[in-house]
Amino acid sequence: MATQTTAAARTAWPQLRLGQRQALWAYAFLLVPLAFFLAIRIAPALSSLYISLHEWNIVSPDKPYVGLKNFGFLLEDPRFGRAALNTIRYVLVGIPAQILFGLAIALLLQRITRFRGLFRALYFMPFITPVVAAAWVWQWMYSQNFGPLNQILVALGLPAQQFLRSPGQALYAVTAMVVWQYLGFQIVIFLAGLEAIPPVYYEAAQVDGAAGWRLFRHVTVPLLNPTLVFSIVYGTIVYLQLFTQVLNMTFLDQGGPLASTLTVVLYVYQLGFQRFKMGEAAAATAVLFAVILVVTLVQMKIFSKPVEY
Amino acid sequence: MKSVWVAILIAGLILAIPGIGASQQPVQITYWQYFFASKVSLIHKQLIPQFEAQNPGIKVVHENFPYDAYNQKVASAVSAGQGPDVVNLFYGWLPLYVSSGFLQPLPADVFPATAIERDFVPMIKNSKYDGKYWALPTAVRSLALFYNDDMLRAAGIARPPVTWEEFGTAAEKMTVRDAAGRITTEGFGVAPDGQDHQLIREVLFRQWGVAPYSADGKRVTYNTQAGADALKWYTDLITKAKIGAIGFFPGGDYRAGFIAGRAAMIVDGSFAIGSIRGGMKANWGVVQLPRRTLGGEAANFGSYWVHGLTARAQGPRRDAAIKWLKFITSEPVQQMWLQAVGELPASKKLISDPRLTADPVFGPFIAGLAYARATFFVDETAQRQVLVDAVNEVVINSKAPKQALDEAAAKEQKILDEFWLKKGKKP
Amino acid sequence: MESRPLALPSVGAREGISRRRHDPWVPLAYLILTAGGIIVVFPFIWMLITAMKPLNEVFDLRILPAHPTLDNYAEVLTRTRFPRWFGNSLLVAVATTLSVAFFDSLVGYTLAKLRFRGRDLIFVLILATLMIPTEMLVIPWYILSSARGWINTYWGIMFPGMISAFGIFLIRQFMSSVPDELLDAGRIDGLSEFGLYWRIALPQVKPAVAALCIFTFLGNWNAFLWPLIVIQTANMRTLPVGIALFSGEAGSSFHLIMASSALAILPVLLVFALLQRQIIEGIVLTGLKS
Repeated sequence: MATQTTAAARTAWPQLRLGQRQALWAYAFLLVPLAFFLAIRIAPALSSLYISLHEWNIVSPDKPYVGLKNFGFLLEDPRFGRAALNTIRYVLVGIPAQILFGLAIALLLQRITRFRGLFRALYFMPFITPVVAAAWVWQWMYSQNFGPLNQILVALGLPAQQFLRSPGQALYAVTAMVVWQYLGFQIVIFLAGLEAIPPVYYEAAQVDGAAGWRLFRHVTVPLLNPTLVFSIVYGTIVYLQLFTQVLNMTFLDQGGPLASTLTVVLYVYQLGFQRFKMGEAAAATAVLFAVILVVTLVQMKIFSKPVEY
Repeated sequence: MKSVWVAILIAGLILAIPGIGASQQPVQITYWQYFFASKVSLIHKQLIPQFEAQNPGIKVVHENFPYDAYNQKVASAVSAGQGPDVVNLFYGWLPLYVSSGFLQPLPADVFPATAIERDFVPMIKNSKYDGKYWALPTAVRSLALFYNDDMLRAAGIARPPVTWEEFGTAAEKMTVRDAAGRITTEGFGVAPDGQDHQLIREVLFRQWGVAPYSADGKRVTYNTQAGADALKWYTDLITKAKIGAIGFFPGGDYRAGFIAGRAAMIVDGSFAIGSIRGGMKANWGVVQLPRRTLGGEAANFGSYWVHGLTARAQGPRRDAAIKWLKFITSEPVQQMWLQAVGELPASKKLISDPRLTADPVFGPFIAGLAYARATFFVDETAQRQVLVDAVNEVVINSKAPKQALDEAAAKEQKILDEFWLKKGKKP
Repeated sequence: MESRPLALPSVGAREGISRRRHDPWVPLAYLILTAGGIIVVFPFIWMLITAMKPLNEVFDLRILPAHPTLDNYAEVLTRTRFPRWFGNSLLVAVATTLSVAFFDSLVGYTLAKLRFRGRDLIFVLILATLMIPTEMLVIPWYILSSARGWINTYWGIMFPGMISAFGIFLIRQFMSSVPDELLDAGRIDGLSEFGLYWRIALPQVKPAVAALCIFTFLGNWNAFLWPLIVIQTANMRTLPVGIALFSGEAGSSFHLIMASSALAILPVLLVFALLQRQIIEGIVLTGLKS
């Protein structure tokens, strides 16, 4: 990234250097959005931090200060530990699966010429299917006794599986549903990223004799880097906050069986909105926030490389 | 530069989309309830017009919200100092809403305790808290056993079960399994996360000779050998007799399974009557919950939604809200409620109407009301989870019932202690 | 939907290297895409099928309905306030999408292409706002709305979504691939900083903006928790809040949930069909040729 061009400095406001002028414009562009984020996101987040140090059952007007007691509650509650562990599992399994499948399908979609629109729409369908409807169908597919998945297994002579009823399998069964849902999202992102790669780079590389894997490795991947970084970082943030899909897949025994699919946000939701323990819920949110922030910063450091042309 | 101004204008327009203001009437009270189609239409089309005609100068605004999210909606509104004047709450949430100061006690001059205890079914006493009544129901519910009559006949069973032993035999005969041993029709639609946790807590424990909680509601007492036997009897249905499976239907929807003829029997509340009546093709019937032995202890879990007066209702709005509360819990309204919604009236007198007690569907529920108990929940979500998990520990993890129950009791005791400790600290 | 007979023989901007004749991968690509597509679309088809089943067939174990019916759609359209919910959702989703498309692309551009003190800090700050779950924000938002009189208004439903950190992040990533030379050329031509964004940078990231529009529309179209909290009256309900009425105390009416869900996705499909061309047609990098 270079900023030089003394020529531009001549155009307007000659009294300001280019850098100063640019900075002024930047602050002007950022004014409304920053005010928005401060009021709508950051201030509430700070109030949540405040609540995490207090006892507040939502309905009661008084919120006595309790120090770190709410954090102590989390340490003692095995459900929180379970939720944290599960959430890490969702990320570790879900993100790689989503990115691999998404990239593979986006690349395949780029290769074909006929029915591209049809295929693209097909793969986008899961993302627009309302979660309530999708969760119901998926629960049906996973049904131990008459779900199509078990029917296939039995027909193949394999033992029927418990899926959502097994504490060992339920989390992965839910992850599969989430990956299925976000696949359409991921594909659209990758398609946009792939299309943004100027064809001249491919042409140049082909002139140099590159093809197939080498072309992918040395042209596509580096030029797709901003998209990949976005997918990994944003995907991780989303998976760390998994909630709606889990809630709908396990509606009566939320996060069950035996808390095997419970996520941190579902735990927060139950604490705050069903048990009215807003202080404890805020404490869990603070922990989650700290974890996401660290993970994101580390990911940005590792994966972000400046784009070179 | 023109594009800058265009952009700013667009941004300004977008950010300034005006709100819709609400209008104010002389005395307008707000009543909140969860969405239940027949209740909403009864209230809109009959109750509010009737009440407003009787009380000129009072306007009732009825607002309702999706059932699954009702509690969180109420809680969020309350936290912002908003909310209705009269609110419909599940009885199990009362302790929390009362102890946090959201509700005000019912005025004793309009609702004397003696009259309440004379007119309403006995389990209403659970709404008495700190020696005062805080809310009253229009209707009440209890549990009963629904059975598929066609399947019962096909299995050659003469009458619906009266004891749990007969129940087990009937369930076994009606269960259908495929070649691989998987259940295709449940003899009993098991649902620990449906109504069965209530069944275990208030019915099985008691019939096995264990009171689930101490009389003051502060101690968990079900973790005895007899309690473990009761739990084992239930989990054996799933693990040994295999007459049903948890989560058999998508979403654990045992009731839909019953309606579709895929579960021969279910334990469900009187609020299920409407959807079963509307959806079921096969012949079906209802009987009182079975007992452990012929003539043994009868037990049932009763529950109700109450109408409470919030602390926000003050001055003329309070007077109007009290009138509405009196109206909506009155016997004529209970009668209309029964007709339109199909929920059992909360009045002792109405419930003993012979036409109602002899009704083949309502009858068993009413009989159950006579001995039903409403658990005193301090944290319904958490207490429910404890028993659901205990069942799963035995069914999935093959834990010994006694051990699972001991762990459950320890967890639930902690929840109770926390509540009473906090309450003790309050003046 | 786009399905043109054959690709043009010329290698256009969007036709990368993959459009060579006799690409051995192509038949395989069709095979994999078709197989994957069937798996991926199966639950969706099931939803459509269930929407055509009468109530008493919903829990049949047969996949196809014995008596297919359109009654569920009729019931949703005539016996509920579905048209009103639909209109409310449309208004909210369109307004937020327009706002997000403008602000997010501007901020994304600023963070990627302008140099100023505190840039990285501001970016991290914005990114950090994504890390707080909505569940924890709804109560502060409710308190704010209540103080400002926004409860039960359209503005109340949509204000939290008017600018999205997700979109800023997305656009910033795409903007970072826009060559500085293009912008410098624009500066030489005398364009203002806003003009550089509007006339040069924005057209370069059209695919990303189109993708952002789809996601923003969809996100607001499906938003449940906040609308639920802020809406008081029946005529302000958005689609997801309205559809939630079908799961009640006496059980869920899945035939109606499926029918209303199927109806609810129609406009999303339309938006997708309109915008996906933008994503795919990509950009003509005229500026790079020199």
